Amino acid sequence: MRRWRSVLRTPLGLTATVLTVGVLVLAVVAPILWSDEANAIDTSNIMAGPSAEHWAGTDNLGRDIFYRTLVATRLSVELALAATVVAVLVGLLLGTAPFLLGRRAGRFVNAGVNIAVAFPGILLALFFAVIFGVGATGAVLAIGLAGAPAFARLTHTLVAAVEGRDFVAAARVAGVGRMRLLFRHVLPNVSEPLAVNATIGAGGALLSFAGLSFLGLGVQQPRYDWGRLLYDGISSIYVNPWAALTPGIAVIVAGLAFNLFGESVAKALGVGMVGAIPRLPDEVVETTEEPAVDAVDHLGSDLVLDVRDLTVTFPGEHGPIRPVRGVSFAVRRGESVGVVGESGSGKSLTALAVSRLIDDTGRVEASRLELLGHDLRAGDTSAQRELLGTSLAMVFQDPMTSFNPTQRMGGQLAEVARHHQGLGRRAALARAVDRLRAVRITDPEARAHQYPHEFSGGMRQRAMIGMGLMGSPALIVADEPTTALDVTVQQQVLELLADIRAADDVALVLISHDVSVVSEVCDRVLVMYAGRIVEDLPAAELESAARHPYTRALVAAVPDMTTDLDRPLAVIPGRPVDPADVPAGCAYAARCPLASARCRAEDPPLATEADGSRVACWHAGEPIEIEIQDRELVELEEVEAS
Amino acid sequence: MSELRFEDVVVRYGHYTAVDQVSLTVPAGQVVGLVGESGSGKSTLARAAVGLAPLDAGRILLNGEPVPTRGRRRPLQMVFQDPYSSLDPRMTIGESIAEAIPPGSSRAQRKAEVERLLELVHLDPTRAGALPSELSGGQRQRVALARALAGRPSVVVADEITSALDVSIQGAVLNLVRELQRELGLSMLFISHNLAVVRYVATHVAVMHQGRIVEQGPTAQVLAEPDHDYTRALLAAVPGKRNH
Repeated sequence: MRRWRSVLRTPLGLTATVLTVGVLVLAVVAPILWSDEANAIDTSNIMAGPSAEHWAGTDNLGRDIFYRTLVATRLSVELALAATVVAVLVGLLLGTAPFLLGRRAGRFVNAGVNIAVAFPGILLALFFAVIFGVGATGAVLAIGLAGAPAFARLTHTLVAAVEGRDFVAAARVAGVGRMRLLFRHVLPNVSEPLAVNATIGAGGALLSFAGLSFLGLGVQQPRYDWGRLLYDGISSIYVNPWAALTPGIAVIVAGLAFNLFGESVAKALGVGMVGAIPRLPDEVVETTEEPAVDAVDHLGSDLVLDVRDLTVTFPGEHGPIRPVRGVSFAVRRGESVGVVGESGSGKSLTALAVSRLIDDTGRVEASRLELLGHDLRAGDTSAQRELLGTSLAMVFQDPMTSFNPTQRMGGQLAEVARHHQGLGRRAALARAVDRLRAVRITDPEARAHQYPHEFSGGMRQRAMIGMGLMGSPALIVADEPTTALDVTVQQQVLELLADIRAADDVALVLISHDVSVVSEVCDRVLVMYAGRIVEDLPAAELESAARHPYTRALVAAVPDMTTDLDRPLAVIPGRPVDPADVPAGCAYAARCPLASARCRAEDPPLATEADGSRVACWHAGEPIEIEIQDRELVELEEVEAS
Repeated sequence: MSELRFEDVVVRYGHYTAVDQVSLTVPAGQVVGLVGESGSGKSTLARAAVGLAPLDAGRILLNGEPVPTRGRRRPLQMVFQDPYSSLDPRMTIGESIAEAIPPGSSRAQRKAEVERLLELVHLDPTRAGALPSELSGGQRQRVALARALAGRPSVVVADEITSALDVSIQGAVLNLVRELQRELGLSMLFISHNLAVVRYVATHVAVMHQGRIVEQGPTAQVLAEPDHDYTRALLAAVPGKRNH
């Protein structure tokens, strides 16, 4: 609903809406108010030109053309809407038939629709007009049926897209019937584009009607619509041009109103949430909550990335939400830092903030945010884009959506070099092939000419890394790079990242929810919880010497090849913190077996230990009694009972 | 207790044979882990079992009878991999779950059942009115699990259900899967690429490679003495083995 409202926020959308509402209101009130004036016959004043009394002149019976045009609004709009309803209903029926009938019968329906779409609409309308006879009813059916094939095609396409989604499959598996599937799952998910197209279709129907009536195939005397008035007025166009122009203008205005309204709604829906999200106020949030951070050695020339007091804020329904709350860390040249945490811990947003990829609705603040000594807070300048484009490589989770499916892989990689390094087409492509080879894609020359869908998931991810290597990155930020991949492929990608790091002294920030992946690749691990770093420790100590209870729980929760099969896996009770509702004190306290009153009242600072590791916990390192009889089992007993 | 049996199942997409002569039995009350890389045909096999992919040859039997893929009662339920696509964005999670509850119960019973199922999968039952867009990926997958259980199935096909989940939730879901399976006598085809997860959940394991099952047997035996090269490659790739 909100998105529909955003239609009104553009000048064009507002104008179109006002016009459409105006036409509809006129359609309702005009016949009530002005029928008498429109039908008053004045034989002493026929075929007159415009005057103060008759603004658009009179017709061959001396009736006022201006009032007749106003009154004709109702019939014109009524007929156009009726035709649209016919088009939509028949179109929906034909468009959803393949879904309901199954593949074989559906193919016949589709073939029929495809043939019908190939005929020009007005030709179909004339054809049907002849069949149904001259008159308003015939014209409604004619224009409606002529519009149906296009609508059927659109419906079919939209339905087919939704049909392929898993939630339809899931409902099918649950035994939901086809009809219910259609009405509960499919149609609601295609209704918006259909409604928009119906609106645009109404504009088209209005014009078609004027056309049919003008040809004498539409509305017959004594009823009149705009087309009929046009038909009558055209005969006297040399005597009184306004007799034809007035209904003509009405047709254009109303047609434009419907079309523009449909277009602006489509635009508003297509663009998504624009305008619907409250903007963040321009206040500056104080970020000096954590002076203890200075204890970390941020000095030194080999720092690739230096982040201090990073916060990310998004507007929310009930005030700003801060999913990242004061994160400080540094990455040295060639160092490999893992960031682990549950979803919602802010780990991915931290990476996006570093890469300056947080969209406009969010706000990134930090007391320091430097890549190779350059301040990234400066904003979107060409120098910054250049720096990020060549020095920082980003690898995302889903390699399928990271590439443009319509462009060849080689070209997409080459674009980076052409844009940032000013290489020519040939040189850039040669480098792309070289980089594909560097990420161990076999036969890179041939592969460079292929499209993303011809690559397997692992190959796409390697190509993504290759794209990052088109420049000479000092830092690779990999956000769950192997989550979507098979284990054997995951291993290859992780080894590739490790090799690149070793060969070129590239720093790596590896974000993952999988502790075992991080501990395999990284030197150091940052554990994030509820938007903060709660522990920073060497990866080798993750399993043996972690001090924060959350870190210890995370490590214990992952099954490995030696997990005791007779005991339940360790679970972290409770739920992750909602970034919109972060409790006072330590965010982990509610799930923590060590939590005390102090934890619930006071958020522990991230304190640096003697060995350089950091931990934010009042009870760091205290022993935890392993409790197997946890919440999990209690709930399962309920299942058993039921 | 129900036994699910695949007999020489073949599924083709055009000229491409996704599942090639697969015979596999999920014994009553047991969990069979199916491992293999993407494209090996394991998801297609799962979809064939619930009637989402047509068979080109072979049979899929539940207790010796063909699996019912029509009608309202579906003793075979499936949990999908991608929780972002498997829930209707226009329906509240409560509605999605209620839809899968077999017909014949009153409105109040359905509501109570939805609440029970939500609690079962660690979701706040008061959030039954939430839309999927308000939930995280992990929460969505728990809703999907609740929906599958709502159908009171005797066999559940779980297609990579933990690969999109957080480790903390993965542990809880795996515990849940094991307990449910034991207490309710569920038979289960548990598809995963994570051998550690399969080892923990499954009593038997089948390894699928290029549409064929290349190795199967009791989990402990297959993992300890793999016969096939591909199984060995899978074992070698388990992360965390090469510790510091």
